[in-house]
Amino acid sequence: MTILLDPTSERVPSERPRAERLATLEGQTVGLLDIAKMRGDLFLDQLEKRLTEQGAKIIRYRKPTFTKPAPVDLRHEIAEQCDAVVEALAD
Amino acid sequence: MDPDPPSSQEPEASPSDRPTLPSGVVAFVKRDCPTCELVIPVLQTIAKKVPLTVYTQDDPSFPSDTSDIDAIDDTDLSVSWHNEIEAVPTLLRVEAGQEVERAIGWHRGEWEALTGVEDLGPGLPELRPGCGSLSVDPVRGPELAIRFGKSKLRARRVEIAVLEDEMQACFDRGWSDGLPIVPPTEARVLAMLEGTSRAPDELVAVVPPDLVSCTVEKVAINAVMAGCRPSYLPVVLAAVKAACTDKFNMHGLLATTMSAGPVLIVNGPIRKKIGMNSGKNVLGQGNRPNSTIGRALQLVVRNVGGGRPGDVDRATLGNPGKVGFCFAEDEEGSPWTPLSADFGFDAGTDTVTLFPGEGPRTIFDQISREPESLARSIAASLVTMYSPKAALAFDAIVIVTPEHSRIFREAGWSKEDLRAKLHELTLIPGSEIVRGALGIAEGFPEHVKDSSIPKFRPGGLHIVHAGGGAGLFSAIIAGWANGEMGSQIVTQEIKS
Repeated sequence: MTILLDPTSERVPSERPRAERLATLEGQTVGLLDIAKMRGDLFLDQLEKRLTEQGAKIIRYRKPTFTKPAPVDLRHEIAEQCDAVVEALAD
Repeated sequence: MDPDPPSSQEPEASPSDRPTLPSGVVAFVKRDCPTCELVIPVLQTIAKKVPLTVYTQDDPSFPSDTSDIDAIDDTDLSVSWHNEIEAVPTLLRVEAGQEVERAIGWHRGEWEALTGVEDLGPGLPELRPGCGSLSVDPVRGPELAIRFGKSKLRARRVEIAVLEDEMQACFDRGWSDGLPIVPPTEARVLAMLEGTSRAPDELVAVVPPDLVSCTVEKVAINAVMAGCRPSYLPVVLAAVKAACTDKFNMHGLLATTMSAGPVLIVNGPIRKKIGMNSGKNVLGQGNRPNSTIGRALQLVVRNVGGGRPGDVDRATLGNPGKVGFCFAEDEEGSPWTPLSADFGFDAGTDTVTLFPGEGPRTIFDQISREPESLARSIAASLVTMYSPKAALAFDAIVIVTPEHSRIFREAGWSKEDLRAKLHELTLIPGSEIVRGALGIAEGFPEHVKDSSIPKFRPGGLHIVHAGGGAGLFSAIIAGWANGEMGSQIVTQEIKS
């Protein structure tokens, strides 16, 4: 038997429970996160219109650059302020 | 970021694993040591006066076959290893199982003091150094450390069944970039770690995209797999650190649909020390450090960071250099200061520079003998980089080879002269770069048509000297989304 050393991060896949699905959008706060690619705002404008029609309150967010992960502070802000989030990409 | 290194789970070594030494004088010898041969009569003298135990490392019949000393077989080196014997002969004085005094090699005064026996070896020289103990032999040392020691390595152990093919097992676990890898056994990883003075559990960087804290040990494991020798490890460690800076932005470089990957350029004496190629076929195959150092970085990104093609790596095309792209600058043949000096490092400092780049593209000019003409030739190729309609978004490295650099050298052009001229010659008339110009829809908005657009931002052109001595060529390595919102070139000092 050969023993090798694991070259990976050794992260055991852990199942995190999903947030409860929203039964209705009425009165719920939905974050719309623009990843800062061109024309993402146009797409999100349309989403905002439709979600607002269904009674959702919308908060818009934007990443500083699409090339980097969202800053931890922004992620925390969204988690604190919203019941759901839509991260949108247009390209 | 998780500052805690992975937890250690290996069991404590049982005290009974350590052999108990007999009281009295204890000697360690081997046949393959002239000093040990020399002191056999001395050991016989000692044995007549005080209790003596002799351990023999290589040949159980030594020295019993030529003397009345009945040696104990330590050919498995257990006693030698546990007592940290570094040379033979070594003499210990032991009381109640504990070493209280040690003499290494033959030294009459020390031996007499240790044993309490006078007039030892009257015909011998006063002093004679011994030989290396087999328990610290570079070939056997790592294996002994695994067999007897409490491992200092923390990585999870993966058992490969006897009937499993080791290489195939590594492929099956997704550890490979598609090429065979060297299976990372503990012995190989321990040998790799000899290449650095840093502790295995020291943090090197937080590796994207999964933002995993990566230790020296994990880098060493991936360096083994990439095919590195231990002497390359400091370069790999520096490259991993540089890649994981916010400035270099490995995450974005990985995730982009564009073709680029990390390009590594090594400067300083370490190039020669580890045998890197900066000459013929410098960007090609056939040189071990060139071929494996960049690969080790990419394996760290893959295995530790979790960055895999098709997942976070969204490249539309990629390029063959994404397996690993590393080369050394030809500093000795260069008319200019090294690349590292452009970033404030003294010539003579070992550095690795990371550039987000794609595959090299050759510039052909066999006729130019004047610097102005050659600069125009290089600039004309640079303007077409990615697209003649693309500007300002991408930096570039120009690799100037010896036959081309000679033209600039003879004309007295400094690197700055060439760089300034290339910036000047790559200014693109707005009328040629606007949308629709040249019959191409791609381009800049119409309002720039009466101005000039620089192909490169200030500081966006880098010049490196490398390549074989014959051939009137240079080359371009095109960059990726350069600047603060993308990736910037990073030079990192290489430390042992």
